[in-house]
Amino acid sequence: MTDPVLSIRNLSKAFGALVVTDDLSLDIMPGECHAIIGPNGAGKTTLIGQLSGELTPDGGHVLFKGADITDTAAHERPHLGLARSFQITNVLPGFSVLENVALAVQIHRGGNSRMIGRAAVETELNEAAMEALIRVGLAERAGTIASTLAHGEKRALELAMALALAPSVLLLDEPMAGTGHEETARMVALLKDLAGERTLVLVEHDMQAVFALADRITVLVGGRAIATDTPDAIRANADVRAAYLGEDAA
Amino acid sequence: MAEAAAPAATDRLGPRIVVPAIIFSVLIAFPVMADLANASWLMTLATRMMIFAIAVVSLDLILGYGAMVSFGHAAFVGIGAYAVGILASHGMNDAALSFPVAIVAAALFAAVTGAICLRTRGVYFIMITLAFGQMAFFTATSLSAYGGDDGLTLWTRNTLFGTGLFADRLIFYYVVLAVLLAAYLICRSIVGSRFGRVLRGCKENERRMIAMGADPFRFRLVAYVIAGMIAGVSGALLANHAEFVSPAYMTWQRSGEFIIMAVLGGIGTLHGAILGAAAFLALEEILSHWTIHWRMIFGPLLILIVYFAPGGLSALLRSIGRND
Repeated sequence: MTDPVLSIRNLSKAFGALVVTDDLSLDIMPGECHAIIGPNGAGKTTLIGQLSGELTPDGGHVLFKGADITDTAAHERPHLGLARSFQITNVLPGFSVLENVALAVQIHRGGNSRMIGRAAVETELNEAAMEALIRVGLAERAGTIASTLAHGEKRALELAMALALAPSVLLLDEPMAGTGHEETARMVALLKDLAGERTLVLVEHDMQAVFALADRITVLVGGRAIATDTPDAIRANADVRAAYLGEDAA
Repeated sequence: MAEAAAPAATDRLGPRIVVPAIIFSVLIAFPVMADLANASWLMTLATRMMIFAIAVVSLDLILGYGAMVSFGHAAFVGIGAYAVGILASHGMNDAALSFPVAIVAAALFAAVTGAICLRTRGVYFIMITLAFGQMAFFTATSLSAYGGDDGLTLWTRNTLFGTGLFADRLIFYYVVLAVLLAAYLICRSIVGSRFGRVLRGCKENERRMIAMGADPFRFRLVAYVIAGMIAGVSGALLANHAEFVSPAYMTWQRSGEFIIMAVLGGIGTLHGAILGAAAFLALEEILSHWTIHWRMIFGPLLILIVYFAPGGLSALLRSIGRND
């Protein structure tokens, strides 16, 4: 049995009286696409926040590649190989599409203290950025200012920026949120392509997408994992049907 | 797509080079023009404008590219000026000593205060920079050995490696111009560099920058210290220019004037800082000759300019350039 790449141990977090993560333990195995589903308010996004370091858990531990990263600052985690994307599009609005991704490449590769030489014309950064843009299908929009992109394009840019960090584990917070039918299909194809090469933790509401992509699924209800299993087993699980899938799957 | 991108690129690049080139050409030729116009008294005003412009360029580096609204920028200028004044009062009168001391003193003050200020955001950042600025001001007024409230008169300008270069009005003008050009080029280089891109990114979207692996605090602090050092040089030049050092150099009103100059010229352009400083001091000079109640006209005038030219004077120039 291989060791988990990301291990969540007895994690707990509350906002006042509201418990959003309730003694949660979960192992993410290397190479898998692990979907986390659950009704609104189940604590999915809060969990991503704690894994990426934006939120500090009240108790418990997060282990990444065997090392305890519970107290590691959010800005240090991408350098370890743990990157995230955002549910609500979160790009640099005034930068061009290419510069958004080139900056991610730059931060990942280092040399950020350099004060001489125009960063915008550095071919090694721009080429790596173009690769990520080609991958997500945004290459021809490279010169566009990010704020003027259509919603679906922003979702793709969001993913390209995370990809440019070359993470071994990618935390995806609702990558299909707000996208149209065609865009969702494209995103699923893209993620399927990615799933072969790196570990994905996927929080998503679109059940079709989840069942198409996930190797394993964890169902979160009230901050607790009520089941972690293969998609088929989750579909058959009575607790899950009662708690969550009921209205969708019936 | 490629055709559409090309003109946009020249559009953005053009004024970036043309306007600064015009500004510096005018400054280089100014002494000759002033001489021809028999108005050599303008040299004093122009020198003062450039000294202020150095401070405002450094403010624009952190304000325009880092979204740090420092309301204590005059403190760095004052510290630079006091470094020159205090050393001179002890007989150490060479710029080769006093300018480096001014830079180091301003850098230390910026590093210590910046490390605290940059823990806060928005209005709190403004208030804390203001508080540190006032601390510097009151410290200066209490320096009774160095004139206290009354300030400190320099008996002569700094020597430079033993020569009296600064005493000559024309040479001093070009020394100040050279420092302004250096400050501008340093900031221009920083803004376009890898470091500057992270700094600009943190202004655009701090949360995303952290998620990408950058610590905004580090980059902001370095930029803050660099801006403080440049403002310190401006203060050292101001002391030499006025042959006088006073706590008035670091009042919060002066810090506010720096922000107005930056906004007037157009923030986030660097050359706008020079235009803003020049326009501010020119207006002040003209209006105050005209009436003692000049601020009554100056205030509304500033509001009108900012209202009708939201990007400041540099945006105004850019739109004029487009119409041609």
